[in-house]
Amino acid sequence: MTLAQASTLSRRQLMAAGVGVGLGVTWRPAHALSDELAGALRGFTGGAPTKEGRVLLDIAPLVENGNTVPINLTVQSPMTAADHVQAIAVFNEKNPQREVVSCKLSPASGKAVVATRIRLATTQQLIAVAKMSDGSYWTHTVDVIVTLAACIE
Amino acid sequence: MARTLIHVPTTARKGEVMEIRTLIAHPMETGYRAGSDGRTLPRDIIRRFTCRYNNEVVFSADLYPAISANPYLAFNVVANASGTLSFSWEGDNGFSQTESAALTVA
Repeated sequence: MTLAQASTLSRRQLMAAGVGVGLGVTWRPAHALSDELAGALRGFTGGAPTKEGRVLLDIAPLVENGNTVPINLTVQSPMTAADHVQAIAVFNEKNPQREVVSCKLSPASGKAVVATRIRLATTQQLIAVAKMSDGSYWTHTVDVIVTLAACIE
Repeated sequence: MARTLIHVPTTARKGEVMEIRTLIAHPMETGYRAGSDGRTLPRDIIRRFTCRYNNEVVFSADLYPAISANPYLAFNVVANASGTLSFSWEGDNGFSQTESAALTVA
């Protein structure tokens, strides 16, 4: 009796959990950050609020070879001593390690533009974060489809 | 010594924003890949790049395994005085290399 009860309960719980998961997926907005990305972002900002904008992470939306993917980071900033970009970082969602690159800039940079080439293990989300001299953080989130993954796992 | 490719102007006007492009030959072994014997290959990456302009750091970057082999970095620097630009890469297994370029500012 108790056994039968237990099995019924667990099946009901399972069903409820399934419905919950289904709803969670449908309710997720297009640019909701995954837990991995949100955690990496918190590690960089130290929990400070972030706003979308001012940063542009330029990357091809469809990547044919994940071994070398060109990215271009641009931040709208006058780059003066009073108002400049202090740091730009990029984080990924599904590579073995969340960090991609982290750059430190100064007014001597003149222009907040950085380009490099990265590896992408699979189709995933990328986020670029810029730290301004006034302490504010700006982000840009991009979804990338990767057809040939980088051999990193 | 690893081969490097550095694009930097030799002359510039004062206050001009120069684009600098650097590339260094390096495998950037991630530490997550298996070798031919099935065992994981140890990590061997460049962890840090620094650009100094007359001994003052103007740009630096922390690199991670997600950076492609032969790391390429392009950034900008304002020309304010004649002198030297030095580029240094540091990484695993004691990797360290420094290259420099002379710049004349008119």
